[in-house]
Amino acid sequence: MSLLLQNGRVVDPANGLDAVQDVLLVEGRVERVGRRLEAPAGTEVLDVTGKVVCPGFIDVHVHLREPGYEYKETVATGTRAAAAGGFTAVACMANTHPVNDNGAVTDYILAKAKVEGVVRVYPIGAVTRGLKGEELAELAELAEAGCVAFSDDGRCVMNAGLYRRALEYTLPFGVPVVSHAEDTTLCHGWAMNEGVVSTEVGLPGAPAAAEDVMVARDILLAELTGAHVHIAHLSTAGAVRLVREGKSRGVRVTAEVTPHHLVLTEEAVRTYDPNTKMAPPLRTKRDTEALLEALADGTIDCIATDHAPHALAEKEGEFDRAAFGVVGLETAVSVLLDRVVGPGLLSLATLVARLSRDPARLFGLPGGSLAPGAPADVTVLDLDRRVTIEPARFRSKSRNTPFASWQLTGAPALTIVAGGVVRP
Amino acid sequence: MGWTRKDLLAMRDLDASEILLLVDTAASLQEIATREIKKVPALRGKTVVNLFYEASTRTRTSFEIAGKWLSADVVNFAASGSSTAKGESFVDTAKNIAAMSPDVVVVRHSSSGAAALLARELPCSIVNAGDGTHEHPTQALLDLLTIREKKGHVEGLHVAIVGDIAHSRVARSNIHGMRKLGMTVTVAGPPTLIPPFVQELGVKVSHRLDDAIRDVDVIMMLRLQHERMAAGLIPSLREYSRYWGLSLDRLARHARPDVLIMHPGPVNRGVELSPEVADGPYSVILDQVAKGVAVRMGVLLLLAGSKGGNGA
Repeated sequence: MSLLLQNGRVVDPANGLDAVQDVLLVEGRVERVGRRLEAPAGTEVLDVTGKVVCPGFIDVHVHLREPGYEYKETVATGTRAAAAGGFTAVACMANTHPVNDNGAVTDYILAKAKVEGVVRVYPIGAVTRGLKGEELAELAELAEAGCVAFSDDGRCVMNAGLYRRALEYTLPFGVPVVSHAEDTTLCHGWAMNEGVVSTEVGLPGAPAAAEDVMVARDILLAELTGAHVHIAHLSTAGAVRLVREGKSRGVRVTAEVTPHHLVLTEEAVRTYDPNTKMAPPLRTKRDTEALLEALADGTIDCIATDHAPHALAEKEGEFDRAAFGVVGLETAVSVLLDRVVGPGLLSLATLVARLSRDPARLFGLPGGSLAPGAPADVTVLDLDRRVTIEPARFRSKSRNTPFASWQLTGAPALTIVAGGVVRP
Repeated sequence: MGWTRKDLLAMRDLDASEILLLVDTAASLQEIATREIKKVPALRGKTVVNLFYEASTRTRTSFEIAGKWLSADVVNFAASGSSTAKGESFVDTAKNIAAMSPDVVVVRHSSSGAAALLARELPCSIVNAGDGTHEHPTQALLDLLTIREKKGHVEGLHVAIVGDIAHSRVARSNIHGMRKLGMTVTVAGPPTLIPPFVQELGVKVSHRLDDAIRDVDVIMMLRLQHERMAAGLIPSLREYSRYWGLSLDRLARHARPDVLIMHPGPVNRGVELSPEVADGPYSVILDQVAKGVAVRMGVLLLLAGSKGGNGA
């Protein structure tokens, strides 16, 4: 089986390429990238003139909700949402029911992905048993079963001593530990960012310091242990400063940022729309500016959506009682192209790198490159397509987006996994 | 100018002329309380539902009396012992009530934004009777009416709001209302009870009661909830009362002789107010309660009476 993508603008930051070329995919691998490639007999040819051909986008932070919360999302619907959004691979968090804290759950997720998934699925194992923060999960077995990272995401491992041991114990596996940085003693019962807006709307706030304190702790623990700590959904200017400082000293700390933290601020919460409620909360303009700068200069390594599906009943009532989180897989690319690349805050090549090359590098995943021999995972973008975000048309089971009705320019056009076009 | 809004949700939404319209309307309705037959036909045939998800005696009774004096049919819905106990969601309950075609729903709820949520979901008028720690606009209106009647005007006056500002919807509504009418506001309390960036709402902040009450025209004391100690915000009621309780002695030494003492109730006697102050000559606490009925009549009249109502 082979596929030739003809005459597209190939943006492949891993190989320093940004030029109009053809991409030939053969038997699940990239065969060649070059001008006027010959198509072997039987090759399907797709003319992608005027479109952008990139290494497949990888989202290292999604919640597929299966097993246990199939009413919110499943491997089948979540991976279709990923494909619709231009993602060829996702890493899924461990806060399922049961928690992915042992090899059997990892096996189940991978088996589901093999049968029902339409993009690559990489499970992330829990750090602590049941995400309780009390004792280590069976980390070696999780690694052997195929977990590509460890995280208690959704909760912060508050016990620094236990976290230190987790970082040490997982060193031989060569995978990152992903921190949900939130000092819960600093933000008990919070619903939004602490600031002038929380004062006005009367919702309990989480100060930026609740995140910064934990980012500082985790950088120090990474330094102590030599482990790779990856900070999930970085959201504050203070945390950016800490990561930048840690990196400058050679600490193995990396970070991701979500599209919603890049383009929305706490002002959005004034409507009391529960779809503006997530952890960490939407912050201030000063924070979004620091995040964009850090994403451009590489202090923040990659973009991840923190796709967090919830059923309507969990997201339609009183703000303080609503669930935390928003979906992101099907809106990320358009939001980023229109609101970040469009106004010139980030180059297209850097955006592509932060969505493909860099997450692959951080998590040791295949892909992120169109070099010969790389997996034939490709995302094709249409920079000119005008779209309106319509939650009713999502492939995801859930509709909890803060971007409903946004009109945006730029969208994913094709998602190719292992050489085959995915039609979600 | 007339009233054009469907709902009364927050003082922050209103401009000065709307606030004055509400206060003036309330003022004109006060004399109904002095009549032998306390009833006018203004809202005959209109239905007002009191949807109270939080315990309240004063506010609910005040709205009920206001509705009845205007001849509206007033129905009280208390959350306990009703469908909410069976797991029905707030929005579902409200939609069910809306299906019975009330003209006004008065809502009190422990979640900030609950009134705005109903206003979005329901076609009838919504009155916010207190939502979480967000706003309580009719309380601010009755406070403004009380101050204006006692002082003759409001513009240029200086008010100190003292106590748990962080958790007070009364403080927020009053800050917005008073600032819009040209008053100076100082909020005072221990730093743990002052919400972040409150200065950006145009108020001064004080952390010493003696300073805060000096030279002000009005002192508004807020109720201290006992939960604040468990949350680590204050060490003890004893210490709070010693440093933030208003005694006659403190008033005599630091406050102006014509100062007004206000409190939205219910008072923790001996905590934020000594009994001699609560019952003393400076206190206008019961005037506030009386004006509350007039204010709520005014609000109901403007919201429900505007569409073909026949006036008071």
